[in-house]
Amino acid sequence: MAPTLEISEPKAAADPMLPVPCRIRRVRNETADTFTWELQPADGPARFAFQPGQFNMLYVFGVGEVPISISGDPADTQSFRHTTRAVGVVTRAMRQLRAGDVLGVRGPFGSAWPIEAAAGRDVVIVAGGIGLAPLRPALCRLLAQRRRYGRIVLLYGARTPQDILFPHELERWRGKFDLEVQVTVDRSADTWRGNVGVVTTLIPCAPFEPANAVALVCGPEVMMRYTVRELQRRGIAADRIHVSMERNMKCAIGFCGHCQYGPAFICKDGPIFPFDRVESIFGKAEV
Amino acid sequence: MKSAPLAVKRSDKAVLQAEDLDMLIQNLRKRGHQVIGPTRREGAIVYEELASAQNLPAGWTDEQDGGTYRLKRRTDGALFGYAVGPHSWKEFVHPPAQRLYRARRNGKQVEFLPETPPAAKCAFLGVRACELNAIAIQDRVFLGGPVVDPGYQSRRQQLFLIAVNCTVAGGTCFCASMNTGPKAASGYDVALTEVMESGRHYFMTEAGTDRGAEVLSQLPLQRATSRQEQIAADMVSQTARRMARQMDTTGIEELFYRNYEHPRWDDVAKRCLTCANCTLVCPTCFCTTVEDTADLTGQHAERWRKWDSCFTLDFSYIAGGSVRSSSRARYRQWLTHKLATWMDQFGTSGCVGCGRCITWCPAAIDLTEEVRALREGGPARGAAPTGKETKP
Ligand SMILES: Cc1cc2nc3c(=O)[nH]c(=O)nc-3n(C[C@H](O)[C@H](O)[C@H](O)COP(=O)(O)OP(=O)(O)OC[C@H]3O[C@@H](n4cnc5c(N)ncnc54)[C@H](O)[C@@H]3O)c2cc1C
Ligand code: SF4
Ligand code: SF4
Ligand code: FES
Repeated sequence: MAPTLEISEPKAAADPMLPVPCRIRRVRNETADTFTWELQPADGPARFAFQPGQFNMLYVFGVGEVPISISGDPADTQSFRHTTRAVGVVTRAMRQLRAGDVLGVRGPFGSAWPIEAAAGRDVVIVAGGIGLAPLRPALCRLLAQRRRYGRIVLLYGARTPQDILFPHELERWRGKFDLEVQVTVDRSADTWRGNVGVVTTLIPCAPFEPANAVALVCGPEVMMRYTVRELQRRGIAADRIHVSMERNMKCAIGFCGHCQYGPAFICKDGPIFPFDRVESIFGKAEV
Repeated sequence: MKSAPLAVKRSDKAVLQAEDLDMLIQNLRKRGHQVIGPTRREGAIVYEELASAQNLPAGWTDEQDGGTYRLKRRTDGALFGYAVGPHSWKEFVHPPAQRLYRARRNGKQVEFLPETPPAAKCAFLGVRACELNAIAIQDRVFLGGPVVDPGYQSRRQQLFLIAVNCTVAGGTCFCASMNTGPKAASGYDVALTEVMESGRHYFMTEAGTDRGAEVLSQLPLQRATSRQEQIAADMVSQTARRMARQMDTTGIEELFYRNYEHPRWDDVAKRCLTCANCTLVCPTCFCTTVEDTADLTGQHAERWRKWDSCFTLDFSYIAGGSVRSSSRARYRQWLTHKLATWMDQFGTSGCVGCGRCITWCPAAIDLTEEVRALREGGPARGAAPTGKETKP
């Protein structure tokens, strides 16, 4: 029998499905199909706090709403950023918007990268494609508290050199002596002098101590599958590998059912999971 | 024998003559409730607003089996002599379509206009034990987490629930297996058991809450004799013994978690039409999608939330395709969710054994049969699981 729940008086809480109008302050084109927005609540700058890895639901007037990770620096509490790849109806409509336009924002939602729990350890970040966007706040936070961590390694794979996200920032990070940055592309023209090959090929030689490392992984599901396999081969334990999962989302608060992944709701239990929590279904077809 | 109002307390048993049931309906209407209950429409018993006890399907019953539902006359005038039909109460608490908000655009300004919670107070008359459990399950979905659904909360909070214990088991019922019926155990304001014996027709009443006792106390009741109490109790326990179907739920989560690749999923996929009937009639299925509309001026937009089903292709769509594109994967999602992952999510099964999904399946797929097949054809219980199959 289902245990009964006390039905309490309605709380005067804000309607969780109602967005807050936010204004685009700046648009930056990252690649041919990817752009970054800097946003602020439309009624003026207000404190906006989030944890690296969390996402917002962005509503385009009359078109629809999509989950997009927050890609800005968590230290910036005046504005927040999103980096979006235009792939379909809503994200293409988003690309048409300009500075000054207003959209609806709900959030932040979901679990965060385990930045605190990683203190004292090496941190390996593996990103594929747009997957670098939700990892950017994590890297900002790690660098802001650099002394608390061992080695920090960023391994990033993009399809072609033209698809590399945040190239200037990557260049700046690469120049830091306390951060190891390696970038690879799946295929390239002759002008590219960097690595060619999938991102997993960077893992075997990456400089970190597996017994004392935490891995943060975000990218397409197949990429994460091979990445996790390589990281485990290097000896990182399943509970110290963290993956960010993606499913269709219509509410972000556990009501619509769309984001179910086995027993988990990706919107509230995820999107970031320690790998051992999803291991039994990870890679199973059509779950 | 007519009687004056009798003050009853919670869990007192008292007798209400069948011809006085209408007073209960009228009292609730006077208290501002919209009374919703079973009525006969287009060959089925459905839930609609009742103006009086006249609207109840007196003298009707149903015949149900996989893919079959038929009304037929009873030999008596019983008011609740049938099992559950195609409707469930969820449509009144978690409506099929709900506007979430309206948005207004004015130059570079956008404004979001919230919905005001509905004012109507509902009283449900004739809620079966399985359905009380289904309501308790949806409460966990919409009220049990850190975020509460405000619309659901306001509708739910104003509900007055009148349970009716089942004295006939429907052809597809298996509540006894799910421990959800046929007797209403909790979660009601008033519970009724309809009794017809030696020419008498009355209801054994019991209040489950103080407000239930208050409402009952305004009715012409008589104290129940111990013989009457016994007759009513026997009728309900007989129903439990007459369940048409059973489901063995021992170790059911593990059964599903170790059988993601069971060949039975291919077998059921050949029969399943992915029509989504089962999820729509199911009293616990809660999934929704959203729809956006904008008017021609582009200045006004609305966002609506509508029932959805994990049997649609769109349900699991992410850029590039649907995660669950095969009907095998979609049937597996539905049954695994109902009977296994629901427990992890909400601490209760997602199935109350009401049998609707069996009755309303055009292919007569029967989940009790599917569970049996998973048990029999699967790896023997206790056998070493294949591969990594620990529960997440
Ligand atoms: C937690 C999370 C974080 C994300 N972060 C980012 C990010 O930072 N940057 C980025 O570019 N993309 C991100 N995505 C993916 C992004 O949400 C989809 O690309 C987007 O929803 C596609 O919508 P569309 O209408 O343009 O595409 P269409 O293909 O036209 O899709 C139509 C509808 O399907 C649903 N849908 C389609 N694809 C997805 C998807 N991948 N995930 C969820 N729902 C989908 C949406 O409801 C969408 O409105 C994230 C997804 C999730 C779940
Ligand atoms: S799964 Fe079927 S039997 Fe179980 S509650 Fe839903 S409709 Fe009723
Ligand atoms: S069975 Fe399907 S439609 Fe029903 S609640 Fe689960 S996911 Fe939603
Ligand atoms: S996105 Fe709706 S339940 Fe997770």
